[in-house]
Order: sequence, then C-alpha cells, then structure tokens
Amino acid sequence: MKIHIPTPLRTYTGGLETVSIPGATVDGVFQQLTVTYPELKPHLFTPEGKLRSFVNVYLNDDDIRYLEGKQDTAVKDSDELTIIPSIAGGNEFVTGLALLAIPIKS
Amino acid sequence: MSTAIEEIVLPKLSNEEIARYSRHLILPEVGMEGQQRLKAAKVLCVGTGGLGAPLAMYLAAAGVGTIGLVDFDTVDASNLQRQIIHSTATVGKLKVDSAEIMLKGLNPFLNVVKHNTMLTSANAMEILKDYDVIADGTDNFQTRYLVNDACVLLNKPNAYGSIFRFEGQASVFGTKEGPCYRCLYPEPPPPGLVPSCAEGGVLGILPGLVGVIQATETIKLILGIGEPLIGRLLLVDALGMGFRTLKLRKNPECPVCGPNPTVTELIDYDQFCGIAPPSQVGPLEVARDKAVADHPVVDGIPQITVEELKRKLDAKQDVFVLDVREPHEYPIANLGAPLIPVGSIESRIGELAAQKNREIVVHCRSGARSQKAALVLKQAGFTNVSNLAGGILAWADKIDPSMPKY
Repeated sequence: MKIHIPTPLRTYTGGLETVSIPGATVDGVFQQLTVTYPELKPHLFTPEGKLRSFVNVYLNDDDIRYLEGKQDTAVKDSDELTIIPSIAGGNEFVTGLALLAIPIKS
Repeated sequence: MSTAIEEIVLPKLSNEEIARYSRHLILPEVGMEGQQRLKAAKVLCVGTGGLGAPLAMYLAAAGVGTIGLVDFDTVDASNLQRQIIHSTATVGKLKVDSAEIMLKGLNPFLNVVKHNTMLTSANAMEILKDYDVIADGTDNFQTRYLVNDACVLLNKPNAYGSIFRFEGQASVFGTKEGPCYRCLYPEPPPPGLVPSCAEGGVLGILPGLVGVIQATETIKLILGIGEPLIGRLLLVDALGMGFRTLKLRKNPECPVCGPNPTVTELIDYDQFCGIAPPSQVGPLEVARDKAVADHPVVDGIPQITVEELKRKLDAKQDVFVLDVREPHEYPIANLGAPLIPVGSIESRIGELAAQKNREIVVHCRSGARSQKAALVLKQAGFTNVSNLAGGILAWADKIDPSMPKY
C-alpha cells in the first residue's frame, strides 16, 4: 500500500514522497516500513516500540487512534497511509524544528 | 453557524468606507451587516513573519477594524523573500512598526495595536483576552502550545497555520465544538529528533499561501459563513500542488480541552518542549548562537572562535577543517573544507579514519549542526575535535567581510 512521507522525514526515504509497502495491518505495514527504511524507526517509534505521540498516522482520512482496531486495523492494497508530523514553522528561516536542534545544556 | 463577534451594536460605515468595500457589500454573504461585523472585529496576529504578513494584509484590506500584532523582532533583509508586510525601507525597524506602516498605508481606517514583546505565559492571557479571533503564525513549538492553551482557556478560536519547506498545515482550533492543537499533537517532538537547520529553508510563497488560508478562515469566523476548518486539518503540498483535508477529533483525554482538564492555567512551555528559554531581548537565532559561543566547552567539545581558527591556519598548524553543512549550501559560501553533511557523518565516518588523532575543527552555518557532528566524532573515538563557534556566519562577520551571509 501507498504511504505518504512528509517532507521532514523524506531524508530517511531517499527523498521519496510516497513509498509502496506491503502488509495486512497498519502495524504490519509500519513494521515493514522501518525494515525497508531503518533510519525512519527512531523518528516514528519510541525505543519501547510505541508510536511517538507527536506523529499522527492517518488511514485514508481517519486518524488510526480513533479506528476500532487502532494500529491492528486491517488494510487493503488500495488504502493509503499518511504520516502527519508536527511542524511549527511560519515566521523565520530557522523554523521551530531547527530551533529544537539546539543543545539543551548551556 | 454563530459568528466570532458578540452581538453588539455594530459600528456604522462612513461613505468612504462604503466606497472602499463595495465589492464586499454587493456580495450577499457579506453585505452591509457583514462588513460592519468585520469593522467591529478584533483579530490578533501572533507573529508578523511569513504567515502573519499576508494574513494581516488581507485582513486589513478586508476591513477588519482592529488588528493586533505580536512580534519582538526587527526586520532583516533575509525576511523580505516572503514577509511582504515589510519592505527594503524598513529593514532594521521593529517588525510591529514596519507592519503598521504597510497596513495603515493599505487601509487608513484600520486600528493597529502593537505588542512589541515575546508572547509568554505571563502576558498571553492579558494580550489575547481583548480579541475575537487569534491567528497563530509563529515559528516554534513553545509558542504553538502557549497560544493553543490560552485560546482554549479564553474560549477564542485560533486560525492556525504552519509550514515546513514545501508543505503546510491549517486548521481552526480552540472552539468549543472542535479539537485543539493538543488533540492533534499531545506532545512536541523531543529536541534530539528534529531535522537540522539546513532543512529549515522555506519556499517564499508557501507562507503566503497558508497565511491567506488563515485569513480566509478568520474572515469566515467573523462573518459566520461557510464551513471553517473546525475538526479538519488541511494539508497543502506546494510541489505536487495538492490540497487534502483530514478529519480531526476532539481527544476525550485532552489535558486542555477534554472533559477532565489537567492544564487549567498556562504552564512553562520552554520546559514542556524541553528547550532552553530563548532570549527575551533579541531574535531567537542570536539566543541560540550565544548559547554555544559563550561557553568554551559544551558537552565536552571545545568551542573555538573564528579568530583562533584563522590564527592556526595562518600559522600553518596541522588542523583538519570539516564542513558539515548540506551540499546546496556550499556554493553560497565556504572555507574550502571537505564536506560531509551532519546527517551522513556516522555512515561516512570511514572517510575520516586518517584524521582520527589530528586536530579537527568542525563547522556549519552558525555552529549548531557542527556541535552535533563534533559529538558524533568524539563518541566514535576521535581525540581532538572542536566546534567552530558561530560557524561560517561568524567567519563572514569577523574574518572575511566579503563573504556572503545567508
């Protein structure tokens, strides 16, 4: 199935905007995604394997958090998954994302 | 739907105003009453940057009676590629003053309220309380959460817009019936997991596109027409030129807008987002560079000044300079150093094997990415790695004034 990769994460998919990944459930597709593109993994999952809370995943137009089966929802090949990360930009060249790259300790 | 304006005695329009707004007045969805509602409306634009610029200008043109502007920054030449509310003549001026000049030039009937300050937990409630609609066009997560929480607590709609490179998001948060920003993003990304500043560029017209969407939503909220983006997230992809909307739901466990809120007053948003508070007096970039430059050793990495590096190079000392910016930045300005982008350091570390015990000075644009890269090298066993404080920008400032800054 098709997965839409947002701009901030395309660095880890070789610049690809959409990738095609097989799988029977949302979780299965996601596991396969991070096998194919291992650098994505820390950006999507916590070390404990939980989907990060600032990453939203949509199956077609619906947030998987509100689907009955959540991430175990069955998917068809014609479905599309979209990853929606939080972005904070708007004002300056240095976006919120970039600002957060500052070392915390000073 | 109900409008964002309380039922008050609407202000009359003068003959000059009637002439100015005639294309609105002959539109049945606006008409005389709608135009009077716009005149009565008070909208706060948080930020007068890429999003705030087109937003405030269209609101001013449309006849919104009072526009508040929150910004503590000054106009820089690099803003003008997208912040069309400012101009070459106002470079160096306070953004709120510069914006006022443009807005009043466009519409002299407008009342501009300037808040030349950084929005904080201490002042946000006081500033926001007098407005009907808040339009959030800021650039950092702390202010995003601050504006969201203040809007929910004050029951004010928030016309939200955000951009990153070629994509944008827009929604309307903070209404009673709809979700808030925290329903969508309960927590901000941790500081370690975000792209570097090389990826922070923005296509100049994109904030124009998204800012105008925010203005459209604001006007709809004031007039009470159409279907505002309440409970929907609009995704804008400027490269593919596609627009999609996704359904947003109110999170029943939302700590701010849920039935059992745990956040009932504004909190410390710098702490919430896990970052050091920015400077109260200057642009965030200054605060950031200073944080590294002021400390000779940060996380075990010595911070070398551009003057020191120049002296070492002039004295022909054995120093290996490494540039960790992205390839597209190199032609803009460079020190002639070999280039390995910060994101590739780990995978390409073999190329540096011969330098393991040499003195290495890592540099980037302003010193943040090179600090990260230096830490990676140190962890990989490199014995003598320092970070060029202030990066190539400091080099252009202090060593080679002919070098362009970007």
